[in-house]
Amino acid sequence: MTSHPVPSLPTPSDPSAARSPDVESSPALELAQLRRDYVVRAAAPGSRRRRRQRVRAVDEISLRIERGEAVGFVGANGAGKSTTIKMITGILQPTAGSVRVLGRDPVPERRRLAREIGVVFGQRSQLWWDLPLRDSYRILGAMHRLTDRALAARLDRLVEGLDLAGFLDRPVRQLSLGQRMRGEVAAALLHSPALVVLDEPTIGLDMVSKEGLRRFLREDRAERGTTLFLTTHDMGDVERLCDRIVVVASGQVAYDGALAGFRERLGSPRELVLDLAAPRLEALALPEGARTLAIEAEGIRHRIAFSGAELTVPALLTRIGAQAEVQDLSLTEPAVEDLVRRINAGDRPG
Amino acid sequence: MPAHGRIAAAAFRQYSTYRMATAAGIFTNTIFGFIRASIMFAAIGTAGGELGGYTMLQAATYVWLGQALLAPIEAFGTREVSQRVHQGDIAVDLLRPVDLLSLHYAQKLGRAAFLLLARGIPPLVVGALVTGLALPEHPLSYLLGALSLLLAITVAFLADMMVNLAAFWLVETRGLTVVYNATMNLLSGFLIPIVWFPDWLLAIARATPFPSMIQTPIDTLSGRVPPAEALGLIGVQIGWAAVLALAAWAMLRAGTRSLEVQGG
Repeated sequence: MTSHPVPSLPTPSDPSAARSPDVESSPALELAQLRRDYVVRAAAPGSRRRRRQRVRAVDEISLRIERGEAVGFVGANGAGKSTTIKMITGILQPTAGSVRVLGRDPVPERRRLAREIGVVFGQRSQLWWDLPLRDSYRILGAMHRLTDRALAARLDRLVEGLDLAGFLDRPVRQLSLGQRMRGEVAAALLHSPALVVLDEPTIGLDMVSKEGLRRFLREDRAERGTTLFLTTHDMGDVERLCDRIVVVASGQVAYDGALAGFRERLGSPRELVLDLAAPRLEALALPEGARTLAIEAEGIRHRIAFSGAELTVPALLTRIGAQAEVQDLSLTEPAVEDLVRRINAGDRPG
Repeated sequence: MPAHGRIAAAAFRQYSTYRMATAAGIFTNTIFGFIRASIMFAAIGTAGGELGGYTMLQAATYVWLGQALLAPIEAFGTREVSQRVHQGDIAVDLLRPVDLLSLHYAQKLGRAAFLLLARGIPPLVVGALVTGLALPEHPLSYLLGALSLLLAITVAFLADMMVNLAAFWLVETRGLTVVYNATMNLLSGFLIPIVWFPDWLLAIARATPFPSMIQTPIDTLSGRVPPAEALGLIGVQIGWAAVLALAAWAMLRAGTRSLEVQGG
């Protein structure tokens, strides 16, 4: 029997690496005036020659993310999210500006950095397609120089947390999308990375699979204090996983702040949908802070917008109840997605 | 290098799952072996029993070894890496903590080991039973042959990798692959032994890495080239492996610098 103390979780670091205190204490992510241009060749109208054109995908993005933060990086298609991720992971050279990831320069230190970050591309696979899922973890464990014991301990945790046990011995090509994505997340987390970059991790998944994945990502973050950087089109991902949201539009940061204050900052109203017992074509008299958006179904359905900060739902209902009998009602929270759309449309806060 | 060992073993296992493809490959290789052998026999027969230093038995050995090495050397080229570049999956490879070339080389060795056993041995057995094989006189030929084979696989891998890496700059590499494979099949001595070439073509062939891919391992394994002479050929193989490794590395470096990973 050996008397070595066995760490419950493998450490993400590579023992052979000399890590300066600077690297240890640096922020997880630091982007400064980051820019990336692409040169595209497009046929100019009326000309047979194709013109070279510079397209700016990322335009002076500055962002600082401390270790342990969970940040949702959202924006419309073409806003520059994927380009930013490629620069963060070191597979794309910035045109100008600087990137530091865990204190390192991603392009020259790409392979070094690969030992400290875990990346999930929702659209791509890092698993071995024709082999049982388990084999991919053996190979990845060897690549990350995990000891057999560390690999076994970590894999046990991932198998339990992501519920992989049922298909660990099945070839990857036979897995359903939901199973494969769980497998992909496990692959990215196998070496216990300090920074986890998720590029649309829940794309194409059903609600149950999404929830399972999000729950485990939260658990793992709570256990290890991981930094999470997430791009997504699914605002549910951001709401369930992140405490900070960064919205990009046209390659620039359009909003950066706590998720909690995001809606209030935009002054975004909540919406109350009422179905009245009897049709009423005239608008209800409403207190300050509320207004009728629409009257539908020949006076049966009234849509009322009100601001959550100024007015409570019971107060509003009391006022309405005095005027008409309410048969049914529903309350919708503003979807973050709509808010992002409003930011993208130029309706910037502040 | 435990990671590379695992990757090679994984590639071996992965290929062993393609049973139908393996069976079909063995069948095709063997049929074409018979076709090629009969053409060679006709030529040698017309020439009076020997042609350019090849007797009937040596020609048969040349054909069957060629058919056996076809699959492990992947003489018809691969498209995996170029497709990964075009589809952007190369990003996944680049984000592994292991050098990309060595990763693919490990995969290639695992794959080649399987193909050598599964696709290489059957045509040789058929050949030995039907036409007979000329076995080397010197036992050292087997050892040098194995070394030469490993180097041939390495040289072929590196050249094929360079064709694939052209995908960093070309939108479509299929044309390049076709031209490369046609050139390779001729100049490597796969179609006919290079010593049958006219002098000018022989000179061209010898100035390229292609004979190091097929002619050299066949000659060394069959003992047609005695061990002392084979050492020189192996030296040439080592030289080409070094040159191509450097070139492929430079291409990969330049490619990743100009890389604009395609798709989302």
